[in-house]
Amino acid sequence: MKLKTVLAASTAVMMAGPVLANPQAEVLHWWTSGGEARSVAVLQEQFAAEGGTWTDMPVAGGGGDAAMTALRARVLSGNAPTAVQLKGPAIQEWYEETGLADIGAVAEENGWADVLPAQIAEHMKCEGEWCAAPVNVHRVNWIWGNKQILDEHGIEMPTTWDEFNAAAAKLQEAGVTPLAHGGQAWQDATVFETVVLGIGGPEFFQQALVDLDPEALTSDTMKQVFDQMRTIRGYVDPNFSGRDWNLATAMVMNGEAAFQIMGDWAKGEFLAAGKEPGTDFVCAQTPGNGFLYNVDSFAFFNVEGDDKQQGQALLARLIMGEDFQKTFNLNKGSIPARTDVALDEFDSCAVASAEAMNAGAQDGSLLPSYAHGMALRGAPAGAITDVVTAHFNSDMSSDDAVQQLADAVANAM
Amino acid sequence: MTSNTVLRWGLYGILFLFAAFYLMPLFVMLTTSLKSLEEIRTGSLLALPREITFAPWAEAWSTACAGTQCEGLRPFFWNSVLMAVPAVAISTVVGALNGYVFAQWRFRGANLFFAAILFGCFIPFQVVLLPMAQMLGLMGIAGTIPGLIFVHVIYGIGFTTLFFRNYYVTIPQELVRAAKVDGAGFFRIFWSIFLPISLPIITVSVIWQFTQIWNDFLFGVSFSGPGSQPVTVALNNIVNSTTGVKAYNVDMAAAIIAALPTLLVYVVAGKYFIRGLTAGSVKG
Amino acid sequence: MEWLERNVPKLVLAPSFVAILVFVYGFIAWTAWISFTRSRLMPRYELDGFIQYERLFAAPRWDVAMNNLFIFGGLFIVISMVIGLALAIFLDQKIRAEGVLRTIYLYPMALSLIVTGTAWKWILNPGLGVQEMVRGWGFENFAFDWLIRPDMAIYTIVLAAVWQASGFVMALFLAGLRSVDTEIIRAAQVDGIPTHRIYSAIIIPTMAPIFLSAFIVLAHLAIKAFDLVIALTGGGPGYATDLPATYMYAMAFSRGDLGQAASSAMIMMMVIFAIVVPYLYSELRPRRDQ
Repeated sequence: MKLKTVLAASTAVMMAGPVLANPQAEVLHWWTSGGEARSVAVLQEQFAAEGGTWTDMPVAGGGGDAAMTALRARVLSGNAPTAVQLKGPAIQEWYEETGLADIGAVAEENGWADVLPAQIAEHMKCEGEWCAAPVNVHRVNWIWGNKQILDEHGIEMPTTWDEFNAAAAKLQEAGVTPLAHGGQAWQDATVFETVVLGIGGPEFFQQALVDLDPEALTSDTMKQVFDQMRTIRGYVDPNFSGRDWNLATAMVMNGEAAFQIMGDWAKGEFLAAGKEPGTDFVCAQTPGNGFLYNVDSFAFFNVEGDDKQQGQALLARLIMGEDFQKTFNLNKGSIPARTDVALDEFDSCAVASAEAMNAGAQDGSLLPSYAHGMALRGAPAGAITDVVTAHFNSDMSSDDAVQQLADAVANAM
Repeated sequence: MTSNTVLRWGLYGILFLFAAFYLMPLFVMLTTSLKSLEEIRTGSLLALPREITFAPWAEAWSTACAGTQCEGLRPFFWNSVLMAVPAVAISTVVGALNGYVFAQWRFRGANLFFAAILFGCFIPFQVVLLPMAQMLGLMGIAGTIPGLIFVHVIYGIGFTTLFFRNYYVTIPQELVRAAKVDGAGFFRIFWSIFLPISLPIITVSVIWQFTQIWNDFLFGVSFSGPGSQPVTVALNNIVNSTTGVKAYNVDMAAAIIAALPTLLVYVVAGKYFIRGLTAGSVKG
Repeated sequence: MEWLERNVPKLVLAPSFVAILVFVYGFIAWTAWISFTRSRLMPRYELDGFIQYERLFAAPRWDVAMNNLFIFGGLFIVISMVIGLALAIFLDQKIRAEGVLRTIYLYPMALSLIVTGTAWKWILNPGLGVQEMVRGWGFENFAFDWLIRPDMAIYTIVLAAVWQASGFVMALFLAGLRSVDTEIIRAAQVDGIPTHRIYSAIIIPTMAPIFLSAFIVLAHLAIKAFDLVIALTGGGPGYATDLPATYMYAMAFSRGDLGQAASSAMIMMMVIFAIVVPYLYSELRPRRDQ
């Protein structure tokens, strides 16, 4: 399938002179409430300020599941939205099914290639052409700690899983829940992937969770990962099942638990409750080295009409604009995808995240998060999550787990 | 006599125990919606509010963000009304006529067809989403309120037909025969004999359909477009933030507001509901 | 003209006939077709044998989902009927606050579980809800932790579903009780037949059509139970409370595995067919000569 070039042409026209038509965009997204909604509203305002008409199509739920349901219905009824919040390999998957609009002209005009880390830029391309625009970078492998509890028990943020286990054992003895965790499949998967990264290292993570190498999946390292998951299971409180992630964050905040492993959106909870990084809570990377990213982005479907195509171009330009990248990410707790945005107004955790991203981009430890749909397509990712969550919530042995993992991945292909 | 009194007390005890069980979730929702976020964060979730605040209700109704639009549930309420009222009316009329035929104008294969319609009640809606999207696209009503009405009518017919058929089947066929002898036609008989006695079962059908359609989320989220999203979709947008801070008090207030029309229907028309069911059951 | 007159009833049914044919049976056929393809994100129509069914039966999660359907469906239907019938009989004893109680029993049907899901989750959570509350009263050993036990969590789904539907069943049965001929009952009372015998031997047997309606309403709720699981457990702990409907939805819409979803849908339809059709047959047949 060939990318559309009409859009590129219309973009060139728009860039050259004043706006000709009224750019239109209907935007399907799942940022519907609180800080997220405010962040999208910023984009809408900028869009309107440039003469565009924004039609909002919010669908929340299930981390985008409901939005993806609506998207399928829309595409099948021949009425695709102008822009859709899509991320990871789903972008390329949709490109294969229906084709996506080419926004190469905007990208080239604004030099996207120079300001995005190469790994992240790659996600935005379909067969080498730009087809999506990144909004932010969430780091997934964070561990959050309650400063007061840690100081009280003389515990440093752990840098290896052994250190974590030692700290957790000490806390448990003292009657503190070591790890606040919400027993939902995606949260189990989030912890799992940080353990894979910590125990196996970036190369192993790539082999196991990105390339799905069967040898890596059944290796001794993977067994150790499941052993560690079993150990972690012992450090969560008995009532963790089904708990929302933000209630787990509240446990850390209120001193009921010492740690939580969660992406940097957890920071928003701390900040909303008036907690200060460094004094009330601490952020650190989960034991081990590397940077697991979860990048939100918008992709553009093929649409008819100059006004809509101009809308797509304008939207793409604004999304990658320095101004929006800064405002949006200050609201959302993530960091800009652009590496050239000044971080003066960001908190210390965000600055640390940006440094780690740049370092990871150099040494190859900047890796896509599997738990958040960046590394794999839906079917294999889901199959892995099924095994991970089944293991975590039962007494399955690590040997059985790696076997099931390999079977499930093979069955999902 | 005394054993009878004890029995009586036991009876009331059981009935009130069940009432408590049924009321529990509503109690939790109500109390939570009247607390401040601070109190929810620090206190027990099931406790009564220390300080009552109505701010969450105001926010849910008019300022909560459901997407970039921060106007609360208010604008979406109207969409739901525009969708539910015609859909309920049409499916009830169709169900009444169908039920009338099945009950009083038997023909070969009628029972088989009736069973086929009933079986249609069981089709899981997740199955029909995608082909339905294609059909709506072909018909040119995708993403519109008429499209939603169409879908709800189609999948409501099964139940409304069942209700009316079971109701009309209790009316003696001699009545129709006599009317026919008098020269009355199909619609004339329906209009002058069946419709006047149908109020109870119409109530049942309307309550059932209204509840189903008002509460529907899956069709609403899949087949609506910008500007036509029903209130359940807006509620979901307010409540279901993935990585944002959760305002449980606003969520609960929004949930109760979204449920008010159906609650009201049950409370006000509940009596007629039972009466309607009574009228349409085993007698005759 | 005469032909028209004679065929009016059939013409009235015709639109429904076409609609059901296309939008129910046509769509089932469509799903059947897709279940034999390798459709992923979007439907594709090249046939590719039984691969999706092989994958389905190889998936441990599907076994769990099917098992749960039988546990959940069976318990839900039976318990709702029992509670519904019991409450109806109790309410039929000239209870003073009948109107209020009836409304309280009935109202859950008016709410969608999107609305009540969070409240249920809190109530059932041992650390937040009933267990914590009762322990707070001094019963330290009280345990109500089904929600977090993989082997018990499915029963919390049953509990919430019964909460939602049993009041409605009560209304159906109450209506049935009220419409039984009072003459017969009075005659039986005069003959000195004890109350429980009057119910079991005289009243309940006349309510067969009500059982049909109740069964259809409950079975339809059981098979479509979806919001319930999503709101309460999200399928967890692990995937211990997965049901076929949630499995299918996950495959179709969050995993882009449409062929797999279609095959699971077909198995579901077969189960429904196997249970519902004999029931419909037996219930509809004797009424033909009415």
